[in-house]
Amino acid sequence: MNSVWTIFKRELSSYFSQPIAYAIIVVFIITSLGLTFSFGNFFEFGDASLRYSFFYWHPWILMFLAPALGMRMWSEELREGTVELLGTYPISMWSIIAGKYLAAIVVWTIAILLTFPIWITVNWLGEPDNIAIISGYLGSILVCCTFIAITMLVSAFTRDQVVCLIVSFLVCTGTVLIGFDDVTRVAQQVASPDVADAMTSIGVLSHHGSLHGGAVRIQDLVWFASIILASLLGTSAILSAKRA
Amino acid sequence: MIEVDNLTKKFGSKTAVDHLSFSVRKGEVLGFLGPNGAGKSTTMRMVTGFLPPTHGDARICGISVVDKPAEAKRRIGYLPESAPLYNEMTVTGFLRFAADVRGLSGNTKNDAVERAIETCFLQSVAYQSIDTLSKGYRHRTCLAQSLLHDPEVLILDEPTDGLDPNQKHEVRQLIRRLGQEKAILFSTHILEEVEAACSRAVIVDRGRIVVDGTPAELLEKSGTGSLTDLFRQVTTLDTAEDTTEDAA
Repeated sequence: MNSVWTIFKRELSSYFSQPIAYAIIVVFIITSLGLTFSFGNFFEFGDASLRYSFFYWHPWILMFLAPALGMRMWSEELREGTVELLGTYPISMWSIIAGKYLAAIVVWTIAILLTFPIWITVNWLGEPDNIAIISGYLGSILVCCTFIAITMLVSAFTRDQVVCLIVSFLVCTGTVLIGFDDVTRVAQQVASPDVADAMTSIGVLSHHGSLHGGAVRIQDLVWFASIILASLLGTSAILSAKRA
Repeated sequence: MIEVDNLTKKFGSKTAVDHLSFSVRKGEVLGFLGPNGAGKSTTMRMVTGFLPPTHGDARICGISVVDKPAEAKRRIGYLPESAPLYNEMTVTGFLRFAADVRGLSGNTKNDAVERAIETCFLQSVAYQSIDTLSKGYRHRTCLAQSLLHDPEVLILDEPTDGLDPNQKHEVRQLIRRLGQEKAILFSTHILEEVEAACSRAVIVDRGRIVVDGTPAELLEKSGTGSLTDLFRQVTTLDTAEDTTEDAA
């Protein structure tokens, strides 16, 4: 447990001693609030809710930005050779993976929670369902955890950060698009409604959707947890396979 | 203290290290010589527990690296070949991190970091960011990280690479001094280092030991009194087919 904390501290201070964490936080706040007031039609809805104007956009933003923060996680260690130092320290691979993962999650959680003025705004304008807003935030953080886990898995494959960025962006975009209405509608026409249903439940949007709708369902939590766990297990497997 | 027993590493069909066996006792400094690609770094990576061996085992103070990696790693200080470091950290910050990973805390940690900085002559750059350091300082910072926990076994992969003659001399003196208390295995290309710092040397070629002896014995074996001649006699050119050191 101590070693998880040590790795976590180093990673977190590395994010904040370089421009990366600040850049991510600022870009996320600008795009998420920008979309809320433009395409999100925050004022036209006339509804004190953040569901469609604000939370709806998060997977679409995070599929770009989460890989941008996560791309260095292993790629940089592999390129600089510091993985050799970590590999010869008396700590387990799991504690390194956990420490790195948690640090990235904390940066993202900060970014997401710093959009709180919009929460204050809706409370000032009307009487929103604050429980739904909390579950909306939970949904966005879980989407982020999922994308970061995917990015971590990809970064264990390559020492090239740009390759990692592109590949993990494609994978994250895939999980968003596969459940997107326009895509599933086509699937329904060419294939069958069952295929479309399957695609919806594989995609991230339906699971995120129920959370920003205010419903915390076990099946969504299981979906997020299984993708995260599979990615982290995969990361550990790839890193050991690289050395064999 | 270091017992290497039939250590073998294969990368696919290529054999980088071929049934290598040797041992280093306490108070001994073993120089590990050989052409590029002879398997020196691969051997060191296996002994330090970074690479799992295909066959064989290495025991550190009697503890198997294969069976009890964490316990064995605790007793090793390791300087990897390229002296990898986290560039965004300061020298002190990095050493404190390495001390944390080694489980040091409180005053023990502060003392260890201070001692390592002194031993490796890093006082003038202690609060400087690592990416602003010259190669010599980078190397010594990485060397300092290997000394923090006062390990019984030191494994140094080309510790004098990239240093100027003064620094080379200092590091050799340091290795010599540390070697009185510890078991040290270090690799080098520079043959004069064998006489300057080693109590024993082995020459490795294509993953096998071809010569083993004290510097004096090696000089005798050469016939001409020159280590370079001996080296050239017993090793193959690095353009030979099965050289796989960089495969990892």
